Parts: sequence; C-alpha cells; structure tokens
Amino acid sequence: MKKNNLPENKNLDLIRALIIKHKKNDHIFAGIGFFVIASLAVALLVLFLDLLINGYPKINLEFFSNFPSRKPEMAGILSAWMGSALVLFVTFFVAVPIGVAAGIYLEEYAKKGWFADLIEINVSNLAGVPSIIYGLLALGLFVYEFGMGQSILTAGLTLSLLMLPIVIVSTREAIRGIPVHIREAAFAVGATKWQVTWHHVIQYAMGGVLTGIIIGMARAIGETAPVITIGALTFIAFLPPSPVTEVAPFINFDWLDAGFTVLPIQMFNWISRPEHAFHINAAATGAVIIMLTLLMNGVAIKLRYNIRKKIKW
Amino acid sequence: MSNVKPTISKALKKNIRRNFVERLIEWALMFSGLIAILVTFGIVYILVSESIPFFDSVSLKEFLTSTIWTPNFEIKNYGILPLVAGTVTITGIALIVAIPLGTITAVYLSEFASHKVKETVKPVLELLVGVPTVVFGYFALLLVTPLLQKIIPDLASFNMLGPGIVMGIMIVPYIASVAEDSMRAVPMAMREGSYAMGATRFQTAVSVVMPAALSGIIAAYILAISRGIGETMIVAIAAGQQPNFTFNPIESAATITAYIVSVALGDLEHGGIGYQSIFAAGMVLFIMTLSLNILGQWTRNKFSERY
Repeated sequence: MKKNNLPENKNLDLIRALIIKHKKNDHIFAGIGFFVIASLAVALLVLFLDLLINGYPKINLEFFSNFPSRKPEMAGILSAWMGSALVLFVTFFVAVPIGVAAGIYLEEYAKKGWFADLIEINVSNLAGVPSIIYGLLALGLFVYEFGMGQSILTAGLTLSLLMLPIVIVSTREAIRGIPVHIREAAFAVGATKWQVTWHHVIQYAMGGVLTGIIIGMARAIGETAPVITIGALTFIAFLPPSPVTEVAPFINFDWLDAGFTVLPIQMFNWISRPEHAFHINAAATGAVIIMLTLLMNGVAIKLRYNIRKKIKW
Repeated sequence: MSNVKPTISKALKKNIRRNFVERLIEWALMFSGLIAILVTFGIVYILVSESIPFFDSVSLKEFLTSTIWTPNFEIKNYGILPLVAGTVTITGIALIVAIPLGTITAVYLSEFASHKVKETVKPVLELLVGVPTVVFGYFALLLVTPLLQKIIPDLASFNMLGPGIVMGIMIVPYIASVAEDSMRAVPMAMREGSYAMGATRFQTAVSVVMPAALSGIIAAYILAISRGIGETMIVAIAAGQQPNFTFNPIESAATITAYIVSVALGDLEHGGIGYQSIFAAGMVLFIMTLSLNILGQWTRNKFSERY
C-alpha cells in the first residue's frame, strides 16, 4: 500500500493544481463579467449625465412655452411637445383597442389553424420590421393614396402601427397567465364567451395589458425615423387648431389635419445645426425625452414586477 | 303551464339577440387580428408598387452592380452598393462591440450573478432598450466622435466609427437579454451533471450551457444584425448623409436608412424618381431585415425543443 501511495500523491497534486487553475478561471471570468456590466453602466451614466448637465440650464418654463426660433436662446419646444401629445393621443386611441382586440382574438377566440398561425407569424414579423419601413408605408398609403397629407392623423396612425405588435404580444401574455378554471366558473353560471372575456379575463389581465401599452407609448414618444419619412416639418412656429372650442359642440377635429412637429424631430433638427448654442437646446430636449421614456418604462417594469409578485392563482 | 310559455320564448328571444351580439363581437375581434396581416400586405404592396416605376427608368443590373449613388446630381446614378456598404460597415462595427459585450453580460447574468445582482441588472437592461435612438445619435455625434478624434486625428466629423460604436452599445442589452433567456432555459439537470463531474462554473458555462443554448445565442446575434441594419437615427445624425462606396470606418458614408431620411427631409416631389428611389431602397432594406428575422426565428425554434 505504501509503495502505491507515491504516484497517487503526484496525481493528486496535479489534480489540485488543475482545480486551482480552473477555479482561477472562474474568478477571472466573474471579474470580467462584473467589469463589463459596470463599465457599460458607467459609460451610459456618463452619457446621460452629460446630456442632463448640458441641457439643465435650458429647462425652464420658457423652454416649454416658446416656439422654435432662429435665436437659440429664445427657442423652445412648445410646438414640439404639443405635437407629440396630439400625435400620441391619436396613437393611443387607435393602437390600444385594435391591439387588445387582436390579442383577445388570438388567445380566446381563434381556433388553432392556418388563419391563427398566419396572424401570429405576421405579428412577430411586424415587430422586427425597421421603423423607417412603417414610415415608407405611411408615406405611400396614408399621405398619398388616402390623401391624408402630412398631418397629425397620419403620424398618429403610423405610430399606432408600430405600437400594435407590442400591445398584441403583451395582451396575449397577460391573458395566457389566467387559469382556465376562472373561465370555467364564469361559463358554469351561464355567461357567454364575451361576458367571460370582458367581465373576467380582461379584468384580471389588465395589469399586463397596461404594461404593454405604457411600453408601446414610451417607444412611440421617442420614435423619429417614421415621422420624418412621412414628411413632418422640422420648423414649426404655430400651434394646431385647439381641440376644444368655446362654442358648441366644444370639440373640434381640425387639429387632425394640421401640420406638426414632435419632440425627437425638434431634437434632431437642433443637433444638425452647426452652432453650439443649438446643441444645448438639443440636449435639453433630449433630457426631456429621456426622462419621459425612462419614467414610463420604469412604471411599466415596476407594474409588471408587482403583478408577478402579487398574483398567485 | 300558460305562465311558463311566454317566459321561455322571451328567454329565447333574448338568446337570439345575445347570440347575434356575440357573433358580431367575434367578427370585430377577428377583424382586429386581420389588421396585422393587412399591414404586412400594405408594406409589401407599397414597396413594390412604388418601386416598379423606378425600375422602369433604372435597370435592375445598374441598381445592383453600380457603385455610384448620385440621385441629386446632374448625371444620376442609382447603384445601391454604396448604401449597402455603409450599412454593412456600421453594422459590422456595432457587432464587433456588441457581440463580445452582450455574450459576456448574458453568461455572467445567467451563470455567475447572484439573484440580487440579476434582479437589479435585468430591469436596467430593459430600461435601456427603451431609450430613443435619436438620443444615441446625439451621443455619437457630439460626445463619442470628438473623443475618438483625440485618438484618431484623421477622423472626419461625420464618420462610421462613432455611430458604429454607439449602435453597438445600444444593441448590447438586446443581445444580452435574448441570449440570457435561452441560457436560462437550459435545464438545471445539465448543469448539475456537469458540476457532479467536477467542472467549475466557467467550464460548465462554456462547455455545457453555451452549446446547449447555442441556437438561442445565434438567434440573438442574427436579430441584432437585423436591428443594426434597420437603425436609422444614429447613422442619419452622425455618419453623414453622403453616399460613399467605402468600408473605411473613419470616412463618412450614408446607409440605406440615412438615405431615406435625407430624401424625406428635402422637398419630396410625389411620383418623381427621387421619391421612387426611397421605396426601392426601402425594399432592399425590408428584404434584408425580413430574411434575417425569419432566419433568426427559425434558428431559435428549430433547435429549441430538444429538452
């Protein structure tokens, strides 16, 4: 026995050396991984801080209440945020009903078969189509074929097409999480399919649906390329007609046809100018956009987190 | 008996109305689903119908082989290659940045990070995916390019390197989250088997988890390429909008998307050849991204049901 011990000991040392080496690799990789994530975080933090610090002196009430101007110190984003708000208003009222309805159809109504498959394939492909292609679609179809011009309505419809896949996918995911026995209970007391869907399924799926809507709206706020492609103007020093009027019927839809600009286009316009003073305006606009989108996405992520935590069927 | 009869018929009447409404709702829901198909057809229809007149005046051969794209000059040339070259170069730079960083992030998050780190990093990654690209364009032009000019003095103020790097950083969260999802889907038993054989975390990650999740990781890369090709604002802002047949990253060049933006910003004459040319360019872009997306989804689905 003792004679055999010697070579085995040698082997053991070798194995130990090997283990130490591989353990070291473990630590090295853990270090690299942490370093990569940390440096990415720091790089992005620096970028955002730079944007905020550059733009901060501009962000005041005047910036929000002034029209863009040739003089950078006078220029503001009144027409841009108004435009963004009105375009998003249209987007919301088009994309949300259609998106939620399509999601419900695919999860609750559609029978397995080629038709449902076709819709599904289309939805997932649409999610991957570059946003500028939607701009070309809108330019050819909405602007010229339907003669809607370069209006708020056109932009709102364009962005709603972009938002549709997001709403559809999140609606489906939310609905899929609801157990069958909820539906069975409702059917058992004589509810129709739509009553089950509307009074129960959608009510319980609301959190998830809302998350998708918020994320989609946040994306629509920052989307630039398709809105440029339909020919939105970059310099607008007037407001669209007010949606609310003083005489009956108090609501007016003329604003849908109005020319407009949106926040990211205003930012793009200011970046493209050579004067440094305009770049400060761009930074301020960027800070406004970033804060809006981060806030919305943050709310959505928090919402989803809470739902996951709270609901246990 | 006579009392019961009218109640039944009333209920039946209600039933008829109810069934009718139900049917109506089902049709409305189906129509909403149909819109997804209509949008795809709309895209194909518009791209094809608007670029057919373009190919009446420009031969397909010139479009695909000429290396000059000068739609605004006296002598008009329509060769898509310079735009494709710009697109490929910038996307290539972005991938050189994003693939290593994204893969390392994914492996770290899936195999090494503690639960707490994961719970903080993942939402932050999701937040980053939501940052508008126009903001990244600002970074590329006004922060990253001046920084790079200190290292490379020859760098033009519009160049492909800066936007490429920024696009890479933008894509990292995307690759990381898709790749991490596929690595997390690898069953725990496989890791346990590997640990039982005495493998370390790193060995397990590289020789067991990554090969098992390879289809998902490759799908993440392919989808990232597609995203890079379709990215518009970063390049339109920071790479210049002059078509330039070059693969040299320190020069300025236009991508397909940047060309579409530059035409859309100018005065667009509906039906003119300039107007038609953006649809032809858009068709090339659409075909490229669509085939990449299909390839990516196919890769993911084809090999993902093994466990």
